[in-house]
Amino acid sequence: MRYLPLTPEDRAEMLGVIGVKSIDDLFVDVPASARRDAPVDLPRFAGELDVEREMTALARRNRSAGEGPFFCGAGAYRHHVPATVDHIIQRSEFLTSYTPYQPEIAQGTLQVLFEFQTQVAALTGMEVANASLYDGSTGAAEAVMMAHRVTRRSKAVMSGGVHPHYVGAIETLAHAAGVETARMPAAIDAEDAVIAAIDADTACVVVQTPNVFGTVTDVTKIAEAAHAAGALLIVVTTEAVSYGLLKSPGEMGADIAVAEGQSIGNGLNFGGPYVGLFACKEKFVRQMPGRLCGETVDADGKRGFVLTLSTREQHIRRDKATSNICTNSGLCALAFSIHMSLLGEVGLRKLAGLNHQKALALRDALAAVPGYEILTPRFFNEFAVRVPGNAAELVETLASHGALFGVPFSRLDASAGMDDVLLVAATETTLDVDITFLTKLLTKVVGQ
Amino acid sequence: MSMNNVGRPTRPETANDAGGHETLTGGRGLLQDEALIFELNGWTKTGVDLPDAAAPSSDLAGLLRSEPIGLPGLSEPEAVRHYVRLSQKNHAIDLALYPLGSCTMKHNPRLNEKMARLPGFSDIHPLQPQSTVQGALQLMDRLAHWLKTLTGMPAVALSPKAGAHGELCGLLAIRAAHEAAGNGHRKTVLAPTSAHGTNPATAAFVGYTVVEIAQTEDGRVDLKDLEAKLGDHVAAIMVTNPNTCGLFERDVVEIARLTHAAGAYFYCDGANFNAIVGRVRPGDLGVDAMHINLHKTFSTPHGGGGPGAGPVVLSEALAPFAPTPWLVHDAGGFSLVEHAGEAGAETAFGRMSAFHGQMGMYVRAYAYMLSHGADGLRQVAEDAVLNANYVKARLKDVMSPAFPDGPCMHEALFDDSWLEGTGVTTLDFAKAMIDEGFHPMTMYFPLVVHGAMLIEPTETESKQELDRFIEALRALAGAAKAGDAERFKGAPFHAPLRRLDETLAARKPRLRWKPVAEAPLAAE
Amino acid sequence: MRFTKDHEWVVVEGDVATVGITAYAAEQLGDVVFVEVPEAGKTVKQGDQLAVVESVKAASDVYAPVSGDVVEGNAELSDAPETVNALPESGGWFAKIKLANPAEVDALMDRDAYEAYLGTL
Repeated sequence: MRYLPLTPEDRAEMLGVIGVKSIDDLFVDVPASARRDAPVDLPRFAGELDVEREMTALARRNRSAGEGPFFCGAGAYRHHVPATVDHIIQRSEFLTSYTPYQPEIAQGTLQVLFEFQTQVAALTGMEVANASLYDGSTGAAEAVMMAHRVTRRSKAVMSGGVHPHYVGAIETLAHAAGVETARMPAAIDAEDAVIAAIDADTACVVVQTPNVFGTVTDVTKIAEAAHAAGALLIVVTTEAVSYGLLKSPGEMGADIAVAEGQSIGNGLNFGGPYVGLFACKEKFVRQMPGRLCGETVDADGKRGFVLTLSTREQHIRRDKATSNICTNSGLCALAFSIHMSLLGEVGLRKLAGLNHQKALALRDALAAVPGYEILTPRFFNEFAVRVPGNAAELVETLASHGALFGVPFSRLDASAGMDDVLLVAATETTLDVDITFLTKLLTKVVGQ
Repeated sequence: MSMNNVGRPTRPETANDAGGHETLTGGRGLLQDEALIFELNGWTKTGVDLPDAAAPSSDLAGLLRSEPIGLPGLSEPEAVRHYVRLSQKNHAIDLALYPLGSCTMKHNPRLNEKMARLPGFSDIHPLQPQSTVQGALQLMDRLAHWLKTLTGMPAVALSPKAGAHGELCGLLAIRAAHEAAGNGHRKTVLAPTSAHGTNPATAAFVGYTVVEIAQTEDGRVDLKDLEAKLGDHVAAIMVTNPNTCGLFERDVVEIARLTHAAGAYFYCDGANFNAIVGRVRPGDLGVDAMHINLHKTFSTPHGGGGPGAGPVVLSEALAPFAPTPWLVHDAGGFSLVEHAGEAGAETAFGRMSAFHGQMGMYVRAYAYMLSHGADGLRQVAEDAVLNANYVKARLKDVMSPAFPDGPCMHEALFDDSWLEGTGVTTLDFAKAMIDEGFHPMTMYFPLVVHGAMLIEPTETESKQELDRFIEALRALAGAAKAGDAERFKGAPFHAPLRRLDETLAARKPRLRWKPVAEAPLAAE
Repeated sequence: MRFTKDHEWVVVEGDVATVGITAYAAEQLGDVVFVEVPEAGKTVKQGDQLAVVESVKAASDVYAPVSGDVVEGNAELSDAPETVNALPESGGWFAKIKLANPAEVDALMDRDAYEAYLGTL
């Protein structure tokens, strides 16, 4: 067994040093009724070649995004990740280290986190950011809990444009903690509708821009309304590349900005692991969930970095912690940070511009196909389109012709009565020929 | 003879300066000082070549970002150097033994990384048609089968993203089950003082009150105290097994019986499942729910603090309340039930997060399982336990085991009574280990042992590496007892940095680089 | 000066009690890095949570040793939490409380009793 260095002779010698006869003597505390004399009923160990064969066979049964025209978004986006990113994150010192609890021998991880926090704060236009959370959806749920702690109020109002899976994650956490939630009906362009639902019990308003239908909204007015009522504004973004083109949550008055960071540095990975970006105003920092890295000096006065303000966290505060989180998404945050520092502001703005340009081309092409109606008025790189008939069935049909067209809204929210609404996205990876192939296919399918 | 005598010297000169030699730049041999990316004047640079984009559409007028964002760029060589230099300031399991008790730093097979990067796993979208991801769903189904078989439990919720997220999932299932049975009044969770901090944090998060269970002299749950505290108000107990003292809860079957008799559920913190995998099935012990940290037992990389994955195995009683998505299999293949309340998931308590969980971690964990097989996993547990007991046996004469009698499981726990009178604390001792090239063990946890040192060598270590580690600790212990406190008080001396001022960091939080130069921080 | 078993101290002037944590508590906590003091106007009952004090390694609640209305929180502690370590029983006070029930003070320990209590810990 290639991962186990002990030889039978080693084992025998070590048992002798310990002073027992067999390995079973070390498991004597296990109740007799639960002891197993033989391995469980699963296959025996396998060599690398065999494992690789089996895994490859499973992988082949999936249609990967790179195999043909691909237009899926809805919270997970296909972007090009520079080769450098994947090379660096596979370095032993990053891949196989633990949470940086011993800062003297973890400055690599800690400095990356400090740089990551600065990048995220800049992108979101906020004052401080943490060292990442599991993903955007759990980050949104944590943001609601944080607003509950800051305002000591127990109601969260969510717009109809918040990604339904995010709504689900928020509801799970909020309801567990006794926080009431009110969600506006799913709507393509009505983030402002939350204003009417704000009352004296409202802890926070959750809006999304670009929202799940792709609609971009200036949420300044919503921020003003929330603040006037003593509530916080949480702005959710699922496509972090959009920060390169659009006004940031901070510029629009957000108190907490939450985003899915997958788009930068991280692949689709069938939905995870991703990386949650979480930023807020400085005055709320002690109510933030998750890890924070801060600057300090060592005994010789040299600059260094440590995990800080950890009294908020579970290992110290236990049942009074701000959150039960004890993991961040370290390696995904590293990938994000490397990609971001390769892009720089110059590259990010270009990348965002290209994404928007490709989406405009896709819109123009789809608008020209009879029977298709563009529903999203203002968008970054994705939008909703009304298709003739059932969107889920259409997507299946197109998949059988080699195109992954988009995400039917009904897949996210079956109860909204939007069975003919499809969410489509384009990124810098989208080719003009992909769009041409798609429209030709649609014309053919509709024509049948 | 012809003679070439102009070559370089090939022997070191006699040293004229044995120590304390300061370099002129602050760099030390292979170890470079490295600036922040914000200090490299990269404001107009980019390391990514992209075509120019057309101006944005007029639809977005008034919505565009006009102010500078404040993000530097690096060319590719600068980026590679920056991160490689930073990487060299990290300890890693690939460098040396990393004995963090309770954290389980074991080897991360590179095959798993390779498999996770197959486009059929890494380049598939979570919401593309399910007919196009049958292999991914099948992998999830097989992973679930292995987890259920290894734990002897009938169901598993794969989606939780880390151990603590799994705890939350388990407690929410328990809460839903109680509510469905009209037992919503049960609001107390019992947990031992030695529990991971996440246990009380999670219980409090879902609105439960935490009551501590006493511990016996030999480091186990006090059955009498448990029995006295159980009652109609108790929703669940949360017990780690093997526990955080590295001991198997001998009375675990009785703990389960008492808990069930009182109408409560048994949540087992499965952080230490790696000690018993393949040898003991938690289902045989009466457990109702248990999370499994895939990064501990099944070796997905820790990555400097994540990502993790925390699937939760569930008993028959709790399975109906598992969160969506649910994976189902019929004649048409595999499919996901994605909404709570939908046919097939009527009683699900909701959704833990977007999409379907940590697929990238599932792939790595499954490759690890296939590589080891049932026999290999059993050997993993046995070697982990053997290594810990070997460390304990070889250090017990110079350090003080917290529980000297009987075997430990996968980790050996020492207290600091052996350091009494030396002037050296647990922290000092740990920092001196850094100078010797080892990562310190877990310190000051569990809270029930004074100055705790929790050593978990894992099955990854060869006997030679264990002996090297043991000799280092014995030498350090000798130095401490011989009055060489200086070696400890100022340690580390040989790490990239000396001891850091955590008080300063917390009193004057600087959580980001700022464009306007700030006065340098100074130690107080 | 009077003391509680939770290591708070009280000094009464007129009908206002000044409240802080004892030198023993400050030393046990280690370097104090953050203090959250109550705002004026808050009404507390004896034993309620009054303030939060954090060191690098611990976060603790400070309980109100007496009942009453908070008339002032020590705002200086937010910028200089180290005062709690430097001057725990003077400049590092947490809050001034207008006494609702002066008899509560009499029931607290005097210094001798507190020192004797510390000896039992």
